[in-house]
Amino acid sequence: MDISLTEYKRCDVVTVSGRVDSSTAPKLEEALTSITEAGRFKIVIDMTDTNFVSSKGWWTLIETQKKCKRYRRGEVVLVNVMPEIRSSLDMVGMGSYFQIFDDLTAAVANF
Amino acid sequence: MKTSSFPGRYDSLAKVSEFVVNAAKEAGLNSEEVYAVELAVDEACCNIIDHAYGGEGLGELNCTVKVDQGKLTVILSDTGKAFDPKSIPDPKLDVPLEQLKPRGVGLYLMRKLMDDINYETSPNHGNTLTMVKRSQSDN
Repeated sequence: MDISLTEYKRCDVVTVSGRVDSSTAPKLEEALTSITEAGRFKIVIDMTDTNFVSSKGWWTLIETQKKCKRYRRGEVVLVNVMPEIRSSLDMVGMGSYFQIFDDLTAAVANF
Repeated sequence: MKTSSFPGRYDSLAKVSEFVVNAAKEAGLNSEEVYAVELAVDEACCNIIDHAYGGEGLGELNCTVKVDQGKLTVILSDTGKAFDPKSIPDPKLDVPLEQLKPRGVGLYLMRKLMDDINYETSPNHGNTLTMVKRSQSDN
């Protein structure tokens, strides 16, 4: 898994490529924590090149979503989620906790 | 039938995944079904590492794949602690975000993603989880 972070005026974009599983999720958690600890809570996760997310990965995103939505100070939104990943997210009922956009521009414009 | 053993660590997950994904493709499963197998096996391996062994590096993950046309059987075995899958309730998922607790999702996903799941445990041979995925076109 590779992660790149881009800080925009309105939000932070986290581009995640490869597999998010129990081995790699801590690295994602670290990246997301670095953003929230800097007091930034509007986060776009670009999943265009993410090809696998296990429940450990979803919990990492859920915990960040909890932090961001607290006091209505922000939100985590997802971009370009592969249909198979999206279907597993819906299967565990977690789909309703995230807005999912088809393109990055729309996701950034949401903030 | 092919068998491979992996160290019971999280950094084995990608290798286990490659092993079962290749078998799932060989069995003629479609991309959605291949992903279902990949996810179910990942969740099962994490349960073995976290719950059966109680941590990383404490035992092996043994994975056997049996390829039939339109059907894949995955057998995962370990020598860790036994558990009764029936004792694990389905997670509460239809709750407000703040109340979500990271528990029990792996087993729930495995049940949803695979067609058959069977768990056996014996004092001499450890735990054996058998999961079957069939191609939709054969149903």
